[in-house]
Amino acid sequence: MSELLRCENLTKRYGSLVALDHVNFTLESGKLIGLLGPNGSGKTTLIKLINGLLTPDEGRILIDGIEPGVGTKKIVAYLPDNHFLNNYMKVRDIVAYFCDFYEDFRPELALQMMNHLGISENVALKTLSKGNKEKVSLILTMSRNARLYVLDEPIAGVDPATRDYIISTIINNYNPEASVLISTHLISDIESVLDDALFIQSGHITLHKSVDAIRSENGKSVDELFREVFRW
Amino acid sequence: MQWMIDKERPICPQINEQIAARIALGEFLPGERLSSVRDVAVAAGVNPNTVQKAFESLEAEGLIYSVRGSGWFVADAADKAQKKLQDLAEAKTLKLFQSLKTLGYTPQQVLALVTAVAQAGNTKEEA
Repeated sequence: MSELLRCENLTKRYGSLVALDHVNFTLESGKLIGLLGPNGSGKTTLIKLINGLLTPDEGRILIDGIEPGVGTKKIVAYLPDNHFLNNYMKVRDIVAYFCDFYEDFRPELALQMMNHLGISENVALKTLSKGNKEKVSLILTMSRNARLYVLDEPIAGVDPATRDYIISTIINNYNPEASVLISTHLISDIESVLDDALFIQSGHITLHKSVDAIRSENGKSVDELFREVFRW
Repeated sequence: MQWMIDKERPICPQINEQIAARIALGEFLPGERLSSVRDVAVAAGVNPNTVQKAFESLEAEGLIYSVRGSGWFVADAADKAQKKLQDLAEAKTLKLFQSLKTLGYTPQQVLALVTAVAQAGNTKEEA
């Protein structure tokens, strides 16, 4: 396993608010990592920095040795936390659109997964429910053959059965060369598939450990530990 | 194969124990091929790296072996698996006695309790 992502003294301020404060950590390839933290702790800021949508005020990020930019967009598949697709487009057109955008996009895989979840390729996105739109976005993201998948709240809006399908999709697409960074607060649904948990609190990484180590050291699940650490 | 994953304990030893139990019980026979790491991961809803580690720990214990390119197979070691299961069961029983001791139960009372619960369980199963 090699180093895939490195953050060095990463700092981001919004005016007087320090969203990320000298964050240091590295992620290896071949892992599923949960980015866990309460609302407003800096999860999305970190993810936007990784994807080059924000620039750091201090420090830097290296993805496979390079700073976020055109080069990293080729190897990072990003699922934003808000709806990013054009509503007037049909599912089929969006798949073609992704083919144009990304060299590593696998259209057969995308259509097969949509078919499995009962989403027709002939419907326009605007006719789909919120949950189904989220499924489409996630399938598009996971259908890339990327090195790093960054999923910002991928399971929040879908029903539990679909959540299971999504989680098994993530396991099935697992590849030892790639890593998946998932931000979520639905920890109990996802913790059994994670390798590592990354706890973030007020812009600081407070814990970075394997899930099994957390369970054996604390005698409780990551979900329970989270509730304890982030108790109001 | 059904997997029971307990949320409070590390997952790797749970996968290890459940496979060992099936070997001990003769449900998995020597030479039989195990499901792939990915299939077990999907079926149990856990991380493939964790399953890989569990398989490697079973290999270190001599219960299974890997053949490069074709997967994992059950070793001819039912006796070892039975010994492991016995040790596990003893450890769990010891824990039960200890935890009930903190509630003020004597070993005799625990025994009586276990017998009573087992009988109640039997009648339930029969019904």
